[in-house]
Parts: sequence; C-alpha cells; structure tokens
Amino acid sequence: MSFDISVTVRGRTVIMELAGDLDAATAPTFHQRVEDVDRNEVDQLVLDMTNLAYMSSGGLRGLVFAKQKMGENVEIVLVGVNSTVGETIRLTGFQHSVSFADRVAE
Amino acid sequence: MTATFPTGDRIDAFPTRHVSGYAVRPGRTMPFGATIVPGGVNFSVYSNAAQAVSLVIYDRDKPEPVAELPFPVEFRVGGVWAMTVFGLDYDRVEYGYRVFGPVEQQTGDRFDPAKVLADPYSKSLTGRDVWGADPDWDRPQQWLSRLAFDDFDWDGDQPLRLPSSDLVIYETHVRGFTRHPSSGVGSPGTYAGLVEKIPYLKDLGVNCVELMPIFEFDEFENSRISPVTGGRLYNYWGYSTVGFFAPKAGYAATGRYGMQVDEVKNMVRELHRNGIEVMLDVVFNHTAEGNEHGPTISFRGLDNRTYYMLTPEGYYYNFSGTGNTFNCNHPIVRGFVLDSLRYWASEYHIDGFRFDLAAILDRGQDGAPLPNPPLLEALAFDPVLRDCKLVAEAWDAGGLYEVGSFPSYHRWSEWNGKYRDTARRFLKGDLGLVGDLATRISGSPDLYSWRGPQASINFFTCHDGFTLADLVSYDGKHNEANGENNNDGANDNNSWNSGWEGPTDDPGVLEVRDRQMRNAMVLLFSSQGIPLIVAGDEVARTQLGNNNAYCHDDELSWFDWSLTDRNADLLAFTRAVIAFRAAHPVLRAPMFATGYERGTTHGYPDLSWHGVHPWQPDWSPGSRLLGWMRWGRTADGKDDVVYVLHNAHWEQHLIELPELPEELRWHLFADTSDPAAPPAPGQEQPLADQRVYPLQDRSTLVLTARPSE
Repeated sequence: MSFDISVTVRGRTVIMELAGDLDAATAPTFHQRVEDVDRNEVDQLVLDMTNLAYMSSGGLRGLVFAKQKMGENVEIVLVGVNSTVGETIRLTGFQHSVSFADRVAE
Repeated sequence: MTATFPTGDRIDAFPTRHVSGYAVRPGRTMPFGATIVPGGVNFSVYSNAAQAVSLVIYDRDKPEPVAELPFPVEFRVGGVWAMTVFGLDYDRVEYGYRVFGPVEQQTGDRFDPAKVLADPYSKSLTGRDVWGADPDWDRPQQWLSRLAFDDFDWDGDQPLRLPSSDLVIYETHVRGFTRHPSSGVGSPGTYAGLVEKIPYLKDLGVNCVELMPIFEFDEFENSRISPVTGGRLYNYWGYSTVGFFAPKAGYAATGRYGMQVDEVKNMVRELHRNGIEVMLDVVFNHTAEGNEHGPTISFRGLDNRTYYMLTPEGYYYNFSGTGNTFNCNHPIVRGFVLDSLRYWASEYHIDGFRFDLAAILDRGQDGAPLPNPPLLEALAFDPVLRDCKLVAEAWDAGGLYEVGSFPSYHRWSEWNGKYRDTARRFLKGDLGLVGDLATRISGSPDLYSWRGPQASINFFTCHDGFTLADLVSYDGKHNEANGENNNDGANDNNSWNSGWEGPTDDPGVLEVRDRQMRNAMVLLFSSQGIPLIVAGDEVARTQLGNNNAYCHDDELSWFDWSLTDRNADLLAFTRAVIAFRAAHPVLRAPMFATGYERGTTHGYPDLSWHGVHPWQPDWSPGSRLLGWMRWGRTADGKDDVVYVLHNAHWEQHLIELPELPEELRWHLFADTSDPAAPPAPGQEQPLADQRVYPLQDRSTLVLTARPSE
C-alpha cells in the first residue's frame, strides 16, 4: 500500500496533503505526523485528501486520533474528499470530529 | 512531566519464534477470539476435545489460504489454544481454524480437518458482505473471520436506562425499514438508512427500537425461487445465527468495506442521542449449522458434543424446529452466551435483549426443562447485564409454553401471548372474554404478580403473523407466495376481515377496518404493561395477508413510506395515542392497581370497571363491552384520570359516565368512530354532556378528567 504525506505550515494553519491509501498499515505514519504538530501553535489542521484514494477502518480512526491530539481549540478540515471516502466517513459516524470544505482556503 | 504508556515497551510485545514464516509468541488465553495487541493479533480459541488446531490465514483478495500456522503444543492452556501473531495487515487479513479431533472420536464428535472453521468469537465475518450478492458457491468455506477495530468515539454515550414501564417498543427489520424505494434515504436497507429515519421515530413517540436479528446470518440459507412469483426467496428475517459477536455486514452501507462495526455503533449512538433505546432480538436457541445435513461453519467442527443438544446416538435434538438446538445450559455454552451478551451490552451500548424461543434456554442438556436453569440464572444476575432489559419469547417449537411461568428471577419480561390472543379476540367481537380482557388490561397480575406489569410486553402484532392492517382485513392466511402451498404460518390468527377478504374499494368495509385499527391502538396503549407495535402498524402496512413473510425480501415485507401520506390519519392518531400515554403516568404505573384509594385523589379507586352503567361492568358471557377507569395522582399532586370504554359490539350503546367530583369535568381525548386526529395532551375539550355519551358500534371512547375551566 502506498501512502505519502507532506506537511506545510502557513501561520497558524497546518496543511497535510495525503496521497494514496490510508489504512491500518499506513496509519502510523499519519499518526506520527499529527503528533509532531504542537497544538498550541495551531488553529486549524487542514487535511487535503484530493489525492487520497481510499481510507479503511484503520485509516478512519486517524481522524478521531487527530481530533483528540489537537484538542477542542483546533478545527480539523477535510478538503477534496472523494465521494467514496466521504461516504464512509459519514456512514460510520466519524464526521463528528471534522468539518468539510471544497478547497484549501488561501 | 505527564506519565505516558508507550505500547511498544511491553515485555510481551515481541515474538519468541516463527511458525510457517510468521513471527509468533504464546498467546493470552483471554479474551477469546482475535484481539489486536501491541504489535500483533492475539488469537484464542477453545475446544474441549481437539488434539490439534491450526490458524489458517487468508488475504482479502485471494481465495486460497496464504499460510497455515499450527498452534505449537506448548501454546495450549487446558482446552484453549492461544497465539499472538505479528506482522499482519489488520484491514486485509481473514482467518479461520482447522481443528483435528482424536483418532477415536466419541459419539457426537464431528471433527473434520478438511474444513476451515470460522471463529465463534469473531467480531466481524466475511462471506456475505453485500446483501444478496451471488456467493462463490465453489468456495468450501463460505465464512471467514476478520478483525474488528473496537475503539470507537462514543462521545459520552451510555445506555439510556429508561424505566421499563415507560417503554414504547417499535419492532423493525433493519433492511425492511428503509429498503423500499419510497424511503428516500441515502443508503436503503441499512443501519445508516435507519439513522436517517430517526426523526420519524422520534416524532411518532417511540422510545425503544427492537431490531430483528442483526447477528451475522446467511440470507441464502434455504434460498429458493418461489414457484408462485418466480422471484427469489431468502432467509430474510435472519433467525439463524452464524456469528454471535458480529453484526450483519449485508445490512451495512459500508459492509463492502468491512466497516459494519462502526456503522452499527454510530446507529446506536444516534438513536441514544434522540432518546431511543436499542433492543436486539437474539437467537440462542439454535445456530445456522442445522443438523448433520447442514453446513459446518464453526461450532460443529470445534466441539459438537458441547454446543448442541444431542441424542444418545449423536443426532440433533430439534426443539427449535430448525434442525439443531443450542446446548445453552452446558457450562461452556452458558459462558459463551454470557460472553456474547456482555459484549453487545458493553461494546455496543445495547439497552436490552429479546430472546427468541426462550423456553429452550431453560432446557437441560438432555432437553428436559429445568426448574433452576443455570443460564437464565446467570443472565438475570450478571453485573454487566444488570441494567439491560431482558425479554423472553417464552415458548419454543417443542411444546414448551411458559408465558407466566418462565424462570424469571424477578428480572425477565415476557412477550405476553395471552394478551395478544385475548385482545385480538375481543377486538373482533368474540364472546366470553371480558373477564380475561380485564386481567390483560391491568398488566396480567395472574401471570406476573412476582414482578409487576412491566414483565408483560403487550402486543397485537409482531413480525410473526399478520400486520395490524391485515389482522382487520383477512380471516385467513395467504402465504401462497412462500411456495409452501399456504401450509406455513399460524392458523389461529384470531383475525376478522371486517366484511370482505383482502383488498376492496367498499367504503363501509374500509371504514370498519380503520376504526378497528384505531380501537387496537387505544386498547394497546391504555393497557398496563409495555406496549409493542411492529413497524408500519401506524400507517396500516400490509403484507397482503401473508402472516409468515420470513422469506420475502421484496415489496411484500418492505415498509412502504408512501403510506405515511396515504394513511396520514392513522399515523396522526397513533402519534396522539402514544403522546396521551406519555402524558398520563397512571397508564404506566409500575405497580399493579389494587382497586383501592391508595395513591389517588378524592377517594376514587385506582382501577375500576364499568359498563353502559358506571361501576357496573358486565362480566356475563354475552358481554362485548368493557370500560375501565384509572385514577392516580401525579408527582405534583394533580389528578391523573383516564376513562376508556371499548364497545366491541356491532350495535351502538348509550354510555352513562361515572360521576366526577365537583371540580373535575370529563374531557374527550378520542372516540374511535371519528377518524380525526385526537388533540395533543392538555388540549382535550370538555364534553357538553357530562352524564351520558352515545358510543357507536365497534368504537372506543377515551376520556380524561381535568378541572373545569
């Protein structure tokens, strides 16, 4: 399974571009990048999923993990979610941890 | 510096050897099943008589096993084989067990090393991931086990612990509830689809959804083409369990991705958020393996003698009518059942369980009924299940009828078949019933004096038998579409077609049917005990007279949502009746009435009986009319008075009303001869004539007493 993640920081917004498949095998990589973020320096964590093909059960949990790590004061925004990924997030109830947007704000 | 618990530093998170190319270490015996542990997966399976067990590993996309790992003999503790395996892909791995019995098998053993068995403790199964998708019949194992992630963000959710006496139970089939094209949900026929209808349920006023079996089952069991319709018949209801810890993937919109566990938990969380409890219909009386001609899925190949009630010759006792009987009072099986229920109660936050054919649960290993059945005792006193509702369908298919005598340990409630029979017969105008009706209306103290009226689940209809609409539209069953020459299904339906059998345009007949349905709703919701209706009764859902629709995955059994418009009147009526019950605690009293003035106001008795003359019920064999008055006091000292009179006669009667104290007046909640929706609680209008009321034929009058304005 291939998975790539690149992180950009713009002021108090952290943008993570996820590409490939986020599943149980690749989730630890995502978790590690989330842990590297200092939540006191961040208002918004943007997950750009434009190039994310698939998210499994193991991958879904990353969203809650991110919410728990970032805490109440950081908004987590999913951008560019494809219909399959978006649907599985909503059907399993994991959407409560995040917001959705069409594209990364400038 | 805050303390942290790095999972990677446990001293037992490292392999000790390799088996078939996989890094492994001796496993932990508990918990049973497959558990994700730091770095690996712990597999634990028990079999009393097995000589050797292998873990067979598959990959999601490959039909043949990827590897076979015999459990090293030194990894066995007693009858438990436990191994932790490292390096697995948790999303993709599927597994099973190959079990080798002794060379000399005992009578009743059915070990078969040629088969790969599913794990009885699997939390997720694969094999029927999408409902109705053609299985690969060439594959020897139709079912394999998968891993499930048990962590879930419950966001503070807890079981609701609603008082039993306040429950209004709505029985539904998960798929049937939203599968019809008219449902308008995004994922028809699924748990997620049900979530979209929560506003409807909340508006109706029900506070407990009882789901027909959601444990994994095979919809293709006994599947055949109907000789009558040409359509495929399925095992649609699901009373044939394959996995007691796994939710049915085919009911999940995300089942194809293996995410059914999360989807079910989300459904429970959303129902709880809206004040609705979740009760599961559970089937521990038999399994999907059938008898010796049925499929071997798990139990038979692991420990046949333990899991099933067997004759001395090693054949299967059949008290369930389906092929085998689960050996529930065997110590090992008892533990298994308890483990399963505890799992659903704690991991899925389930509020209650309804046990199908529960009389089997008090049979001993030789089939004889036990006076003190260990399983029922264990369930009644279990700490994890302590706050769960336990409901028994207190009969089985082997002649054991225990309504009122089911071993209850002061915990169990029962589906009150006597309520159903008496209420149905009175509704259609049978004679000689008023005495028994009175007992049923007051919560069946003849049956449940030890427990109170909440032991009685009252119902006219459930999934078994006619829907409410069909109960008043058909004299006899019409199950031809099942392909069994209409021989299946109950014959004693106690139904009456209101003047014509089946579909008709005759307005007179239709009016009687509507009125009868309103009568049934009033009778049910003004009785003491816990009311249960089946999904669609509130909108006159019909199965065209089929009273055994177990095999129909089609329009016959699906909830047609256009009925909410076409029968909006009945829906509004039902909603109003449910709201009325909620507004009158006296109808939901947790103790039986005494007939005396304790706890009432103005010296009126808490329960009294009436006829066309107040205080003079007609108990004679020829009577078809009964009135009852409940009198109580609310928590803040106000009068709580409800008067109901059901005239099941085909002639109208002038009813003389009981006299009220000076400051109270009778207000009209409902007269079922009027199809208009009753007023909201508190909005009832005073009767112009406080002394007499002309009640139509086959009609019910409901009044409440309030201070004069």
